[in-house]
Amino acid sequence: MLRLLAFRLLSLLLTLAAVSAVIFVVLEVLPGDPAAVMLGTAAREDTLAALRLQLGLDRPALERYLLWVGGLVRGDLGTSITYQLPVSTLVAERLWVTIPLSLLAILVSTLLALPLGVLAAANRGGWVDRGVLVFSQVGVAVPNFWIGLLFILLFSSTLGWLPAGGFPGWGAGWGAGLKALLLPALALALPQAAVLTRVTRSSMLEVVGADHVRTARAKGVGRAGLLARHVVPNALIPVTTILGLQLSFFVGGAVLVENVFNLPGLGRLAYQALAQRDLVVIKDVVLLLAALVIVVNALVDLSYLLLDPRLRRRA
Amino acid sequence: MRRITLPLALGGGLTLLLVATAFLSLAWTPEAPARVRIALRLKAPLVSGLFGTDHFGRDVLSLLMAGAWNSLAVAVPAVLAGAALGVALGCLAASLRGLFDEIAMRVLDVVFAFPAVLSAVLLAAILGPGPVSAMVAIAVFNVPVFARVARGVALQVFSTDYVAAARTLGKRPVRVAVEDVLPNIAGALIVQLTIQLALAILTEAGLSYLGLGVRPPDPSWGRMLADSQTYLAQAPHLAIAPGLAIALAVLGLNLLGDGLRDALDPRLRERI
Repeated sequence: MLRLLAFRLLSLLLTLAAVSAVIFVVLEVLPGDPAAVMLGTAAREDTLAALRLQLGLDRPALERYLLWVGGLVRGDLGTSITYQLPVSTLVAERLWVTIPLSLLAILVSTLLALPLGVLAAANRGGWVDRGVLVFSQVGVAVPNFWIGLLFILLFSSTLGWLPAGGFPGWGAGWGAGLKALLLPALALALPQAAVLTRVTRSSMLEVVGADHVRTARAKGVGRAGLLARHVVPNALIPVTTILGLQLSFFVGGAVLVENVFNLPGLGRLAYQALAQRDLVVIKDVVLLLAALVIVVNALVDLSYLLLDPRLRRRA
Repeated sequence: MRRITLPLALGGGLTLLLVATAFLSLAWTPEAPARVRIALRLKAPLVSGLFGTDHFGRDVLSLLMAGAWNSLAVAVPAVLAGAALGVALGCLAASLRGLFDEIAMRVLDVVFAFPAVLSAVLLAAILGPGPVSAMVAIAVFNVPVFARVARGVALQVFSTDYVAAARTLGKRPVRVAVEDVLPNIAGALIVQLTIQLALAILTEAGLSYLGLGVRPPDPSWGRMLADSQTYLAQAPHLAIAPGLAIALAVLGLNLLGDGLRDALDPRLRERI
């Protein structure tokens, strides 16, 4: 068990190192002169030289990479050229939007998908099942940012129930903050819930047909006990995998949905930094978001050990 | 081949409509998609044209038709490039096995976990935003998907006796891959291509919404939705039509993929 943990941790660190190296090479080595990328072709030579000096571009690439990673480890993300603020300050504020938004979206999507998937599988072939299948087909096809637009159209423009966008900050109280995140989280959650519903349904059906379930049924375990003790726990394993893989879509979706609802999150920061060609911010934010996905997937991997005693014994 | 099912018929129909519209838009649209008519701006559906006009008075139906072409023009090459690279890598990993296989698959896992939107942001930072950055980002995301499909089948095929015999007689792995592996994965590959194409259309729309995909004045569904947001209260129809177009295109391709999977391999029906 300990050896397994150590191995997973090592592979996680290697992965993060590789991802940071790729991001660094793409942004700082491939373009030749990052200062020229940031200032555009019309920049004067002395302005370019000043920026190069400020970014430390006179040093060799390997040294700059090590300095960047070293800074990251200490929590020093460098200074944004456009905001003239430490990137860590910019990121810290926005994490308080993106993380609650993603958590809320994952929560909504799971709360919607698990019951629907179980319900559909329990009524296989019936009208509930068909309805759920139609929901999941349509849900997968609808872009999250369009759902966001439709929500704004319905709940803000027409009914006036919820704000059309923006974020009052958590200082304005929990209620106001959650109210601002509700529609974006729903927009983000619906397409992913559709995927998760399908996975839950088929995973349930696979387990229902398994030998151990037939044995339990033969021993006289009732329908509810069968589902709760024998089917659902086993069916949850593939569902967890997909939930972990979906995280990359949640993060990608957050970039879009934050822009639809004008939320000051990490995704919007990345987008704004791109518009301002602030490579320092782009580099940090992209790495942070990617690291989030990778670390959570590693945690999902470990969670199997909790969900599946068989794996624990083998380890 | 089983009989034609509802998903197959519906998916095939919608996909045919998408492709036909895209090609038709090259030859004919009700109005020139780029034609600005300020006098006719923000007209409701049927008041001017079937789906109304946008903030420049451009005909929405014509923009949607041209958008179909632009969407496919990004999605199709991107998915095909990703598929080609992925299949090649998957076959290579399966034939070499060992350390290469291990490392390649770990690397591809990481690539898969990297959201396409983030790759697009990275690429746009150095190449500038545009269809090329979008295409490369979508292609990169597709490589691990196809590598996994190809590797799985290739491993099976490489372990069959007839391939072992052929290899002993000196048949090179590349020829084995082309002559024995490819025909075996053709079915799974077509199904995956259809589904990934749906995902690519969705991604392209998202990137264009952010201004990271098709550039104006070229019409794109995502861009139309971004523009519609400014006029949401005055002209809600602008936010409906492009979204419906995206959803129908994606739904059609997904249904087609599911239908093909059922038709080609009934055993796979219950799996995802």
